[in-house]
Amino acid sequence: MQLLNKKPKSLFDVQMHYCPGCGHGIVHRLVAEVMDELNIRERTIFIAPVGCSVFADMYFNCDAIQGAHGRGPAIATGIKRSKPDTIVISYQGDGDLASIGMAEIVHAAARNENITVVFINNAIYGMTGGQMAPTTLIGQKSTTTVSGRDPKVNGYPIKVCELLSALEGTRYAERTTVHNVAGVIKTKNAIKKAIKNQINNVGFSIVEILSMCPTNWGLSNNPSQAIKYIDEQMVKIFPPGVYKDIK
Amino acid sequence: MSMNYKGDIMKILMKGNEALAEGAIRSGCRFFAGYPITPQNEVPEYMSWRLPQVGGRFVQAESEVAAINMIFGASSTATRAMTSSSSPGISLKQEGISYCAGADLPFLIANVVRGGPGLGNIAGSQGDYFQATRGGGHGDYRLFVMAPNGVQEMADFPYYCYEVAFKYRVPAMILADGVIGQMMESIEWKTPEIDVKLLKEPDWAIGVNNGREKRRITSYDLREGMLERMIIERVKRYKEIEEKEVKWEEKMIEDADIILVAYGTSARVSASAIKMAREKGIKAGLFRPITLWPYPKKRLNELANRVKNFLVVEMSLGQMIEDVKLSIEGKANVHLHARPGGSLITPEEVLDSIIKITKEGVKNYATIK
Repeated sequence: MQLLNKKPKSLFDVQMHYCPGCGHGIVHRLVAEVMDELNIRERTIFIAPVGCSVFADMYFNCDAIQGAHGRGPAIATGIKRSKPDTIVISYQGDGDLASIGMAEIVHAAARNENITVVFINNAIYGMTGGQMAPTTLIGQKSTTTVSGRDPKVNGYPIKVCELLSALEGTRYAERTTVHNVAGVIKTKNAIKKAIKNQINNVGFSIVEILSMCPTNWGLSNNPSQAIKYIDEQMVKIFPPGVYKDIK
Repeated sequence: MSMNYKGDIMKILMKGNEALAEGAIRSGCRFFAGYPITPQNEVPEYMSWRLPQVGGRFVQAESEVAAINMIFGASSTATRAMTSSSSPGISLKQEGISYCAGADLPFLIANVVRGGPGLGNIAGSQGDYFQATRGGGHGDYRLFVMAPNGVQEMADFPYYCYEVAFKYRVPAMILADGVIGQMMESIEWKTPEIDVKLLKEPDWAIGVNNGREKRRITSYDLREGMLERMIIERVKRYKEIEEKEVKWEEKMIEDADIILVAYGTSARVSASAIKMAREKGIKAGLFRPITLWPYPKKRLNELANRVKNFLVVEMSLGQMIEDVKLSIEGKANVHLHARPGGSLITPEEVLDSIIKITKEGVKNYATIK
């Protein structure tokens, strides 16, 4: 028998709490594979947010910290400036980063903090049970927009890569997806680049990843529809691509 | 500035806020994050140029919320970190303070208190006593709180705060006020200068791990009963702090018929008032809590066996009086002289209160001027 693939060393082989069809598990694995490949596990500090990935500090086999909702980039600033030899990854969801933590992410980017942000955009509040997120699409149903997001009442989705790439301090911003194989490969490459940027002192790098949430999209009976939702709806509003890349 | 025979500077004239900043650096502070707010602006201003000179880092944060979370990050690496603010800004930091307390992170926070509630004013006040001593943020936790009464103690207290904070893994607060922050006095450096290179990395700090076991800094535990266990373990440390780290000062207390209880700026006013009372033949003394948590309640309780009248003098609407009453357990009369809203108390008006209680025999005297 030949071993074709194995679990990354940077991720514990434990049961995670994510729902079936969720994209977090894929992204966790990609981050861990990159940590292994760049041999940075022993100097990485992983920052878990508040939201679905709140327990991620237990899953990664590296030093980790779990902080207040939306404050990951501020916590990362404190760690990186105190211990510049560490590799600091702030892992955040859309409510965490683009709603309650908007000031922290914008200013960390403006300061060109030499950190890496992995941003999961699934257009919904998952952990709290499916409320409208800052990235919820127009017309998308949630528990606080039961007839669909109405721009007259709820405003418009926030496009984080577009917003942050307007800041001089942002060095690298790319949007990818994990809803198909090509997207997963691109996502891994983007995460690798964002972490390499930190190693090479290039500066603030963010990867926004469009990710499935079958449970809170009301598609738990039919998770393949969640993949379709990204393919047909989300990418129209949040086009994947490189938004900024300054060496 | 005066010098000793070797030419070393013995005394220097400094502003309270600057003495606080330099005192923190001498005590090993190497990371500061803060946001401008009057009357504490000299602290971040001083830190911004002084910290880089000693290899430290300064960040002007986008908000007090961000600043306290930068401290959360920095202190998780066991870097001696500090933030400072004034009342409205301290309110904003409460979420982060609660997280730090819940994650057992040691750091120094200074509140140069101004008049509140709301935007209030920028005068010195003691209106944040409850916030400092009762938690402030959510959940069961304590802060180690020291109340300086002048520039010398602004310079001294960062050392004690870091010592206690790192020994017991608790956040430490210096509760000053706008008067102490802005006043200039001559001071000398009394506390030891910490060489950060000699500080041992504690066994909980995260950072470059060189192959050791993974470490986690968190304030949560969702497993049944585990959060309770975590808090009970912390309470044991709180008990030890209450036993070993309580500090206070007594003035002319041996023969006193009335004891004034006051901290910080109002203690200085009270010190003048007891002198004036003694000139009039009234035996007045002063009890000054230096740590506001832990509160020197044992000693106050002892004093209440002999002294029948206590007058609490505070620049707030009767906040510390609750701790005095809890300490004394009904053994003596506890009176109040209070002025809220950032108004300064004068020794003359305190003397007036002392006379009303001692000469006119007023019971349960309370004045809010």
